[in-house]
Amino acid sequence: MSDIAIRGVRKSYGRIETVHGLDLAFGAGEFVVILGPSGCGKSTLLRMIAGLESITAGEIAIGGRVVNRLEPRERGCAMVFQNYALYPHMTVAENIGYALKVAGVPKAERLRRIAEVGRSIGLDGLLDRRPAQLSGGQRQRVAMGRAIIREPKVFLFDEPLSNLDATLRVQMRIEIRRLHDRQGVTSVFVTHDQTEAMTLADRLVVLNAGRVEQVGTPEEVYHRPASRFVAGFVGSPPMNVVDATAAGPDTVTFGGLQLTVPPHGLERGARLAVGFRPEDAVPTAQAAPDGPVAAIDLVEDLGALRLLRGRLGGADVVVQTAAGTRHGRGPLPLQIAPSAIHLFDAETGLRLAPRAVRAAAA
Amino acid sequence: MIERTPLVNLLTHLVLVGGLLVLLLPVYVVVVAASHDLVAVNQVPMPLLPGHHLWENLAVAWQKGNFRNVMLTSVIVAGLVAAGKVGLSAISAYSIVYFDYRLRMVFFWIIFATLMLPLEVRIVPTYAVAANALEPFQALFDLSGLSVTLPRWNLLNSYSGLVLPLVATATGTFLYRQFFMTIPDELAEAAKMDGAGAFRFFKDVILPLSVTNMAALGTIMFVYAWNQYLWPLLVVTDQNYATASMELGRLVPSAYGEAPVWNTAMAGTLIVMAPPLAVVVVLQRWFVRGLVAVEK
Repeated sequence: MSDIAIRGVRKSYGRIETVHGLDLAFGAGEFVVILGPSGCGKSTLLRMIAGLESITAGEIAIGGRVVNRLEPRERGCAMVFQNYALYPHMTVAENIGYALKVAGVPKAERLRRIAEVGRSIGLDGLLDRRPAQLSGGQRQRVAMGRAIIREPKVFLFDEPLSNLDATLRVQMRIEIRRLHDRQGVTSVFVTHDQTEAMTLADRLVVLNAGRVEQVGTPEEVYHRPASRFVAGFVGSPPMNVVDATAAGPDTVTFGGLQLTVPPHGLERGARLAVGFRPEDAVPTAQAAPDGPVAAIDLVEDLGALRLLRGRLGGADVVVQTAAGTRHGRGPLPLQIAPSAIHLFDAETGLRLAPRAVRAAAA
Repeated sequence: MIERTPLVNLLTHLVLVGGLLVLLLPVYVVVVAASHDLVAVNQVPMPLLPGHHLWENLAVAWQKGNFRNVMLTSVIVAGLVAAGKVGLSAISAYSIVYFDYRLRMVFFWIIFATLMLPLEVRIVPTYAVAANALEPFQALFDLSGLSVTLPRWNLLNSYSGLVLPLVATATGTFLYRQFFMTIPDELAEAAKMDGAGAFRFFKDVILPLSVTNMAALGTIMFVYAWNQYLWPLLVVTDQNYATASMELGRLVPSAYGEAPVWNTAMAGTLIVMAPPLAVVVVLQRWFVRGLVAVEK
């Protein structure tokens, strides 16, 4: 169990820089999820920690030891790959035990530890099979077993669930989190799936185009997204974001509609983006004068809840309602609590924090 | 596209059987000629059905062609060529596919270029090198004005002379390269994470995965080396290093100033054909798998 420090890390391929100076610190025993769209540099960062990719600038330290120049095997990391990367000609037991064999662990001890790990990940009766004879979920378990047996200081997961079907994905997600809770080993998990990210993470790092957008607990990231990008990326369905203009210190307008927001000390005429979660927009029977009215054109019934899709102020929006409600297509007046509204700068995309109470009172 | 019409099926089978007959006819003629006595085989027209003298003809040919010695030589040479080729190709392809060094593509293209220079094309310079393997280096020294005298290293009349020029070709390297490129990169990375170095990865992962490729290449190279005639003829003057195909050449009419003894010559042909056939039969299971497709 070790902490990881990432200081000013950059990665370039030739002249093209893909990771632009990351500064991150992961605590020992923490489960960190790195979330971002494809091509944001999240896998590259993971592979630089693992030692599979060289570090162009900056340094990475694991457990206080700078590992820039160390071989992967000297870094004490174990990695689980997206496509499992099992050795096809070896049995499950040989796959799991290969690292020990390379390390020269005596056969008797090796077999004992393989059996132990096999039991702990539920592969008991399958140790003599070859990877080709296993299902996707079982292969993923073998890949995890191969990582566990080395008793690493750090677990690295590179989108390990994306090749599994939906049911299995949820199941393996739970197993990975239980495994972490049992062993307490520092884990770094890369994914583009925000559900995985929200459910697994102690701390979430949202990455976009090689830069950190936000670092925080899933709760912080969800309820106080640091930028328009994070707002639109995290959440299922993601936050609605509508371009707007400030009409006063606590009023914004878009498409002829008005919305009251918490005091932000807005300058009249400033260009903004207004965000609200689909579950925070509540349909009302009677529209407030100039209040927001969405034009709903599609209803998705998910059983437990209903998603109403439509347009509001020139942007696509989603409104989430409880099962059993009967709102159909057509105009839908909405009520949005001021506290549920997020404002972002139209230029930088950064979150505008509400004025502190003292400033607002003054 | 796979057609399943009866008529097309029939046609394709006719073509197939026809082709097989065309291929087998010469072999059949060899068997027939090898099984008659001298008088019968020289009749016009030659008998079309096998006779009863096969075993004695084989025995005569075995004696006359000194096959006990030359077969051994040929097995050694073909075996060395096959083994050397398999080893060299695996290592060179491993280097080209898995290592990133500055002159990688240069080496790749140099190896590629040798495809265009089979032994028959470069036979004169190759012979010169075989006569003194260090000659090119000596020439370089002479050119640069350094008065270094290298020892002579003569490969004529030796196993190395018979084997080395046949090993140095690019075909195998390409077979391996194509195969290595189908092995997912993650496998190499997983091995790195497991602590295996380049040698360990080669031995524990690459070699076991390429067994079928080795069988395929080994078979091809064994047959290729076995069938060599021109090169052994040039490089060997000492009877102790004569190969089976050379000796077979001498069994064919008039080499010993005799009348054409076709039955013995054909019996000798059968003997020389046997070992490569055996190798193909034994290795064909892997051979086909290695050439056709990668295991999924």
